[in-house]
Amino acid sequence: MLYREAGQFKSSYTADMAVFPILQDRIGLGIVLFIAVVIIPYFGSSFLIQAIMIPFLIFSLASIGLNLLTGYTGLLSLGTGAFMGVGAYACYKLTTYFPGVNIIVWILASGFFSAAVGVVFGLPSLRIKGFYLAVATLAAQFFLSWCFIRQPWFYNYNTSGAIEVPTRALFGIPVTGATSSFTTRYFVVLGIVIVMTWLASNLVHGRIGRMWMAVRDMDLAAELIGIRLLQTKLLAFAISSFYSGVAGALLVFMWYGSAEPSVFDVNLSFFILFMVIIGGLGSLTGSFFGAALIFILPIVLRYIPPKLGIPIQSATVDHIQYMVIGALIVIFLIAEPAGLARLWQIGKQKLRVWPFPY
Amino acid sequence: MDILYKAFIDPFMQMGAAPDLFVQTLWDGLVAGVLYSLIALGFVLIFKASGVFNFAQGIMVVFAALTLVGLHEKGVPAYLALAITIGIMFLLAVGVEKLMLRPLVNQPDIILFMATFGLTYFLIGFGELIFGGDPKVMIATQLGLPRGAIDFKFAGGFVSLQKIDIAATIIASIMVASLAIFFQKTRIGRALRAVADSHKAALSVGISLEQIWVIVWFAAGLVALATGIMWGARSEVSFALEIIALKALPVLILGGFTSIPGAIAGGVIIGVGEKIGEFYWGPLLGSGIETWLAYVIALVFLLFRPQGLFGEKIIERI
Repeated sequence: MLYREAGQFKSSYTADMAVFPILQDRIGLGIVLFIAVVIIPYFGSSFLIQAIMIPFLIFSLASIGLNLLTGYTGLLSLGTGAFMGVGAYACYKLTTYFPGVNIIVWILASGFFSAAVGVVFGLPSLRIKGFYLAVATLAAQFFLSWCFIRQPWFYNYNTSGAIEVPTRALFGIPVTGATSSFTTRYFVVLGIVIVMTWLASNLVHGRIGRMWMAVRDMDLAAELIGIRLLQTKLLAFAISSFYSGVAGALLVFMWYGSAEPSVFDVNLSFFILFMVIIGGLGSLTGSFFGAALIFILPIVLRYIPPKLGIPIQSATVDHIQYMVIGALIVIFLIAEPAGLARLWQIGKQKLRVWPFPY
Repeated sequence: MDILYKAFIDPFMQMGAAPDLFVQTLWDGLVAGVLYSLIALGFVLIFKASGVFNFAQGIMVVFAALTLVGLHEKGVPAYLALAITIGIMFLLAVGVEKLMLRPLVNQPDIILFMATFGLTYFLIGFGELIFGGDPKVMIATQLGLPRGAIDFKFAGGFVSLQKIDIAATIIASIMVASLAIFFQKTRIGRALRAVADSHKAALSVGISLEQIWVIVWFAAGLVALATGIMWGARSEVSFALEIIALKALPVLILGGFTSIPGAIAGGVIIGVGEKIGEFYWGPLLGSGIETWLAYVIALVFLLFRPQGLFGEKIIERI
């Protein structure tokens, strides 16, 4: 009833091509932003912000990055975890050498390192396709993981082999490290995620996004209509790795506080890929849905049995959790292979014609 | 100059100076390679017949081995446990076909790939729930596998061959040969190849896709069981074995996804390359290069042959 676009006339081409052409969508976006910016920081508990919202936003950013590569350009990558690691370690090294510089600058700058590494490992993508490429990107994953474990330069030769986030202040307020408040960190993460999502949205709706999608749909045909494959694919790798790198830096500096190299192992790559596939390939909204489902589901599963008063050992919960996640992935894929984003669209379409479906 | 010397001259000097050590490393690599090939074989079987990149092959290995050991611990005699495990692998194949593949027929490859991830997670949880997460000892002697080692003199030193490794190599060769005969000579084998060529065309000439898929997943399950026994006898049976699936992936891309001989050749190249690289060049780069060396070897091959050594030539049309 409320969700109707009747009476909303577009009088210019720009208005017609807007990302959110329907007024109600814009209002909805405003409400979501309002909740994220105002309601959650002021009324949310520390558990909600620290253990759910911050990691959720960071994983959303990472899956947007992978979605640009896999969903929009059609290049399957299993190296996301390593690219996130590059971002985290680059940020760590940068802030070690230049402690005076604003940490947010370094978080964003670490994305460039990740992008450079991504381009190098993206080079085979011109000749190798599909699953062959996925396995080739695993080379990046294992090589970089090995670097983080075996090359002591990356973790400043400290004995534990882990990186510890130092305290860095911005305008006198500590942003990272043990003394920073979780609200500050939440705002930093939220700000970066909003800006980068907006940038990604502009990218995929513009010329570059069109090029990527042409390559995804058929790269040979795309080449024939004058798209340069090498540049386009490498650009996708660069930008995707940039997003991953920033997400990785945020993951360590804003959430974990310290990280062992095993954080960035191949399981993280699979985890992000789940988010992208379950959320919906080629959809930015889907990335958020996917991150929400895959990240929040285990937390919920962990809290349901005690609430229902079922006494279960925590090890058993772990195993059942694995089973449930596995089964749910298959069930979701069977129910809607195009992901949660598609379900969301179907829902909106139903809402538009409600209560008269014909 | 020192680095160049260490990279290009010193390793070969070492090989020449101690040929027995070199042969020993070569043999170790060969055995590891045969086991990689076995896992890769499971991948290839399923990929050929259903186009599914089955990530769950690694966990199927663990699951089969765990079932076998777990049953034996419950007091079931070894050979009966083996038979029951084979039965369970068949049930798994039927279950996968009914619950996972059939509803997902005609979906893009990546969706099926993701579904096998779901299967992996499910089997990890299920296996740990039933058999617990502790490492177990494979019942190698009870199954009649030999133990001990044969030493023989070679070039002034000793080369020691583990009997279990020899058995593994022989069993692997028998399995590969019988699979090759099965694929080439039998009626079902021909149907399998037809399905691999084109699902639709196979359906239209009356081949039952469902039946074929069950057979293929069962065959992959048997290969997984054999791999699990061999690999478990060399170390122990635990969920850590799951990562050997990741070890098999470079073998797979090196040999080509669709080629059984490719899986064998790829396995041997990767196994030998990895062991030799780790032993002679490892000290130069820092230890543990085994984890990525295989991928780099495979990547180098792929740059020249994008479809793998024995893969079908990729022809693209518009």
